Amino acid sequence: MKRLALVILVIAPIVISESCKREERAYRIQPPDAEVADAVPVTSFQVGPSTQAATMPSNPYENNAYALTEGQRLFNAMNCVGCHFHGGGGIGPPLMDSTWIYGGEPAQIFDTIIRGRPNGMPSFRNHLQDSQAWMIVAYVRSLSGNANPNAAPGRDDNMNGPIPPASIKKQPATQSSQPPSTVMPS
Amino acid sequence: MKRHLSIAAVVLTSFFGIRIQAAPATQPADAEWTMPLKNYQGTRYSELDQIKIDNAKSLQVAWTFSTGVNRGQEAAPIVVGKTMYVVTPFPNILYALDLEKAAKKENPKKWQYEPKPEAAAQGVACCDLVNRGCIYDNGFIYFNTLDVQTCCVNAETGKEVWKVKLGSINTGESITMAPLVVKGKVYVGDSGGEFGVRGWLKCLDAKSGATLWTAYSTGPDDDVRIGPRFKPYYDFMKGKDQGVTSWPGEKWKIGGGTVWGWVTYDPESNLIFYGTSNPGSWNAELRPGDNKFSSTVFARDADTGEAVWAYQYNPHDLFDHDEINEHIILDLKVDGPDKPARKVIVHPGRNGFMYIIDRNTGQVLSATPYINQNAAKGVDLKSGRLIPNPEMEPKVGKTIRNIYPASPGAKDWQPCAYSPRTGYLYVPHQNLACDFESVETSYIEGTPYVGANEKMYAGPDDPANMGFFDCWDLINKKVVWRLKEKFPCWSGALVTGGDVVFFGTMDGRFRCVNAHDGSSLWEIQTGSGIIGQPTTYLGPDGKQYVAVLSGVGGWAGAVVAGDLDIRDPTGALGFVNAMKDLPKATQKGGTLYVFALP
Ligand code: HEC
Repeated sequence: MKRLALVILVIAPIVISESCKREERAYRIQPPDAEVADAVPVTSFQVGPSTQAATMPSNPYENNAYALTEGQRLFNAMNCVGCHFHGGGGIGPPLMDSTWIYGGEPAQIFDTIIRGRPNGMPSFRNHLQDSQAWMIVAYVRSLSGNANPNAAPGRDDNMNGPIPPASIKKQPATQSSQPPSTVMPS
Repeated sequence: MKRHLSIAAVVLTSFFGIRIQAAPATQPADAEWTMPLKNYQGTRYSELDQIKIDNAKSLQVAWTFSTGVNRGQEAAPIVVGKTMYVVTPFPNILYALDLEKAAKKENPKKWQYEPKPEAAAQGVACCDLVNRGCIYDNGFIYFNTLDVQTCCVNAETGKEVWKVKLGSINTGESITMAPLVVKGKVYVGDSGGEFGVRGWLKCLDAKSGATLWTAYSTGPDDDVRIGPRFKPYYDFMKGKDQGVTSWPGEKWKIGGGTVWGWVTYDPESNLIFYGTSNPGSWNAELRPGDNKFSSTVFARDADTGEAVWAYQYNPHDLFDHDEINEHIILDLKVDGPDKPARKVIVHPGRNGFMYIIDRNTGQVLSATPYINQNAAKGVDLKSGRLIPNPEMEPKVGKTIRNIYPASPGAKDWQPCAYSPRTGYLYVPHQNLACDFESVETSYIEGTPYVGANEKMYAGPDDPANMGFFDCWDLINKKVVWRLKEKFPCWSGALVTGGDVVFFGTMDGRFRCVNAHDGSSLWEIQTGSGIIGQPTTYLGPDGKQYVAVLSGVGGWAGAVVAGDLDIRDPTGALGFVNAMKDLPKATQKGGTLYVFALP
């Protein structure tokens, strides 16, 4: 009996940590460096032979439920929700659809959050640590079904919002064909 | 009625006297339309009567002009002499259009003036990138830009005379309202009630743009320009520094009370009247107290800005019930047909009550519901206070369902029209209920300070129609007739001496109805939903024209103007839920339409 208990005591953490990778605490996960964002292309349209990297870095937080939930919390706490609501948009554009003005890759969204964008997206450079920003990136991508559905938040925080990220259909990103807002006619 | 008409006539002639040098002296009264609400009193009534009940059915498009901006067009086309002026949503381009060329089917553009507002201002516009219009005064055009500037432009040449910065988008401030100009003074107020800004009205020198005084809506009495002349009618409005003491701690500094609606002016008493917005945040638990002077009407000396009286419609507002809607200056026989007319202001409240207030004392003479409502239990005319409905009071962590009217209220910014001929008020408004959930929020400068999730839908008055257009009898306090529209009636109203009423619909129709019985006389499908303010004028050819901007947007139309995703019912502060069908019914646009008889 005593031996059995000891075995369980030794094995259980291993079993739990294996089966619950989605619950892994964030500090063990290494998000991409902030610098990778600097190399992020804004367009795939390039003069001359393409020199762009074929793949953009992925964001490991997209597979981690804790990071995604924390991203969701920060999305509300940083008042992203006040401009983008629960993904449908309002002041800022929708984040739950397949249309991206500045690109829907994790590094592109990271760039959007940290540097801001000209037509009214503020820069959160001084308000977020890089790891926090990457968690928000993971949550933002979950809104369009681009995070791991097994890790994405299973319910939305609000009263009766859109369908929760965990059950949203994946929407592959497309570049917007629309200008983000009005352009000055000449 | 006669008495009212004669006063109006005196006012009109004295007002038009200012510009008579510029236009031929033979021009009949009301040939022009020089400010969005038509006159200082805000009646949106024109005496012109060529277009009337019998012939309105023959109206047709005379000419059109593209504004080049596909956002919500809330402005009024202004006409002075042979020129029309139109200001667009962000980037707030001002166009001058030559009416003679337009009549000859030539491109009417005389010039365009571009204030080039900061692009980032688009991030602090709560509800689309609208502008409610420009105003002409004494040779100049005045208007505001989204990035908190006021511009003065030479009406003839289009050259900038001055441009002044009145605030900063970094604190969440913007401007969407149309200024009012009276006797060389320009009145301008800020927007940003959803961003925790501190509301103000500024008075600028029309010659230089210099700020003559600023009246804040919150803070110490000095800042609010409350002094010895302040004599509110009700006790709950009295007391020192209520703009501070009715807030917890320093919350008044981020308390809203912005001035994004209409300012009207009474030449007789030399008072200006305007209402203030909701308090910030929407989550009311974060700001126990009355939150003065949000959701309040101020009567101020037009020269000094001193507050003469004030009345708070919604103490401790719970639902974003701004009270920036117009205060129309009228003399009405509310005491009975044999009694002298009372000098009043009429305010169709966002909270669902039609207020008639003595404009010299601030006494509420009546507050009559003009739509079904359960957000409050009524108005106590003795104390003056709105009687709250505790059952509907939002609490953090609880969703209150079926509150009506919803946050945009029974009526929003879209201005009414009043006909001295019929004696009726024509009220474009909406029928909306909502689910409302208060949530925790913290203030981060430059970001929304709301703390609530909302979801709107049609109210109980009619589950199929969210737009009502009412003819309201101010004396008998009842609806005379009501037209219904699927989507909110978000355009302004116009009524004329021909006893015809004009308004637009969000699915793009421009309608003309009989002012007496509401019967439909004519309508036309335009390129996009209409949320603008119709105006009427006499062209250089002596013919009557009616002008309106077509281009959907604004808070109600953000779902189309901003390409929002209808799967999120909370989008655009919850308006998306109600407007899910709008993208099927219309598309973006930005076109001026001008109509005339053949
Ligand atoms: C003050 C309003 C505001 C706040 C607060 C805000 N945004 Fe934005 N956001 C915007 C606007 C406006 C745009 C569009 C910018 C443009 O077109 O240049 C935008 C753009 C974006 C985009 C790019 C979308 C695309 O199609 O490429 C993302 C992603 C985004 N925001 C995420 C966030 C996140 C995450 C937060 C919180 C950390 C946030 N936003 C906070 C207004 C805001």
